[in-house]
Amino acid sequence: MDPKSKSRRELLKGGAAAVGAVAAGAVGTAALAQTKVAVAGSGLPTYAENEAPMIATDDDLVAYGTRSHYVTSKRVPAIMNGYSRSSPDEFGLTFHIATPLQDSYGSIQASSLHYTATTKGAFIPDIDPAKHTLMINGLVDKPRVFTMADLKRFPSVSRFHFIECNSNSHSATDKNVQSSHGLTSNAEWTGVLLSTLFKEVGVKKEANWFVAEGAEEIKGASTMPMSKAMADVMVAYGMNGEPLRPQQGFPVRLIVPGFEGIFNTKWLRHIKAVDQYQLNMDDYGHLNRSTLGAAMIYQIGPKSIITFPSGGQKLPDKGWYEITGLAWSGQAAVKKVEVSTDNGKTWKLAELKGTAHPMAHVRFGTMFNWQGGEHLILSRTTDAIGQVQPGRDELAKALGVPVTPAWRPPGNNNTIMKWKINADGSVTNGLA
Amino acid sequence: MASLKLVPVFVVLLAGSAFAQSYGIGHAASQAELAQDITISPTGANLPVGHGNAAEGKVLYVEKGCEGCHGENAAGGATAAPGLVAKKGPTEGDAWARGGIAVRSPVATILWDFIHRGMPLGNEGTLAPNEVYALTAYLLAANKIIPENQTLDQNNLAKVKMPIGDDWKRAPDWKPNSPRIPASLLKMPK
Ligand code: HEC
Repeated sequence: MDPKSKSRRELLKGGAAAVGAVAAGAVGTAALAQTKVAVAGSGLPTYAENEAPMIATDDDLVAYGTRSHYVTSKRVPAIMNGYSRSSPDEFGLTFHIATPLQDSYGSIQASSLHYTATTKGAFIPDIDPAKHTLMINGLVDKPRVFTMADLKRFPSVSRFHFIECNSNSHSATDKNVQSSHGLTSNAEWTGVLLSTLFKEVGVKKEANWFVAEGAEEIKGASTMPMSKAMADVMVAYGMNGEPLRPQQGFPVRLIVPGFEGIFNTKWLRHIKAVDQYQLNMDDYGHLNRSTLGAAMIYQIGPKSIITFPSGGQKLPDKGWYEITGLAWSGQAAVKKVEVSTDNGKTWKLAELKGTAHPMAHVRFGTMFNWQGGEHLILSRTTDAIGQVQPGRDELAKALGVPVTPAWRPPGNNNTIMKWKINADGSVTNGLA
Repeated sequence: MASLKLVPVFVVLLAGSAFAQSYGIGHAASQAELAQDITISPTGANLPVGHGNAAEGKVLYVEKGCEGCHGENAAGGATAAPGLVAKKGPTEGDAWARGGIAVRSPVATILWDFIHRGMPLGNEGTLAPNEVYALTAYLLAANKIIPENQTLDQNNLAKVKMPIGDDWKRAPDWKPNSPRIPASLLKMPK
């Protein structure tokens, strides 16, 4: 039991409270008798035995809520392509931290559990928002500087968008969905459109690109196309109803919907309009020998993953379960998700849980009556511009490369994942 | 999404920025604020004036603490920080597989920029331009990309011939609603 919690009886001893307790007790007796009957034989405690202790409310809990101590779901440093680096590392740098997708509900992640990543490892800057500014210069008519208060005066937008790291790549070795897919999360972001700010400063015709730079110690900078800035890039200061968290770029970050994670520049301090691809240190990671290779490390393709039942979980009994997961695409909204429980031989349309937003996760689900056998379960999404999530074999064929169990597609891996429900109800990696 | 359909309109508005909506929010960037712009171009534009060579860089490599993290002769092994010279030797094997920024950048400005922005870790932003040119020269010479006696400056840095040459591509141009992988890039399934 949490040391803070006390039994209600203890708290209610004496005074007026005791009078109230007696009254409530009297009313409760009839209901109690019924409950006893209802739970008999179920192994669950009776209503009377189950009198819950309570969490003592203190000023901290009044000010800012916390989750139940029975909920222990947590993020872990990511293992990427078999390579792991701790966060913090020996220098105190934060690297890549994976979100526990297996425990998530709905389509967004709690801000506290949103995956987090920094390009080469970064110290998390502790920025005073009253002193932070964003400068926009380069090929513009009026180079300007905006304080946080300034940014909040512009017309705002609130949009759901996912962010995903390119290294979010599953293979036969992943034991659970946190390890295979935990480097993506979805949130509601609030801020001002970058196009609004660019209109404020007056972008010149020859500005085909822009550079965004963070305020962390390595001042990470990426070059992006002006066409993207004008389509949907956000300068975001809000996340899930409150200010961004430091690990998510407090006080202000870029959201570049559907582009690889690194572009979503955190701790944003400078934007520069330029006339050519800048080849900053963060851009060099996006170069490749072929245009195809470069395309595959740039935007996130249509992708989906079953989060229940997934690796490490167990179906306790035969019977009905909802197979559920998340689907998204870096180019559009999700149009549909299909689920197979027979290794892709037949597919069934899943229900989308709510509106599928462009470049955002959407929860899907479908009921499944498990009768004890072995099943390979798969999900496959199609987005609103008609892109279909590929299978591993299919993608390998399209790329003209041989497929082995160890093969990881180049760039972001959006291929179909398989989980295996074993005869005993345990769930393991279906690619293994 | 409605905003996607508006893109052509935005472009027209921007082309004549006189029509652009302006709220007058924010303030005009001052000279001091503009001086904070450290972005450099792959052409070398916006590089600060300065110069340095490998011999000076070798001394700075120890003095500035680079060695403590990146190891003796930039070979790595001292800490988790990576070595900064090609693992199998500066001219061995495929340039793409040789190592990190110092070897695989298509332009030497990337190496200069990274040292300038991010190193030495813990004291970033403290190196003067001459020191950054010297450290860049030291690492490029250690990788046999420039001769030991070459002085690098704002005019010749971008002209250094890097091992991968122009054997690199960037992603295709971006348009709203275009697929992740243009069909023309894929081999047709057999
Ligand atoms: C406190 C330790 C530390 C010190 C001191 C330090 N570095 Fe680093 N350096 C790092 C770490 C850690 C990274 C790697 C980031 C990563 O994982 O990619 C790095 C990365 C680099 C890189 C990029 C390597 C690549 O290819 O990705 C270069 C170049 C570099 N350092 C040069 C220098 C120079 C020059 C100095 C001295 C002025 C210096 N460093 C001092 C820790 C240090």
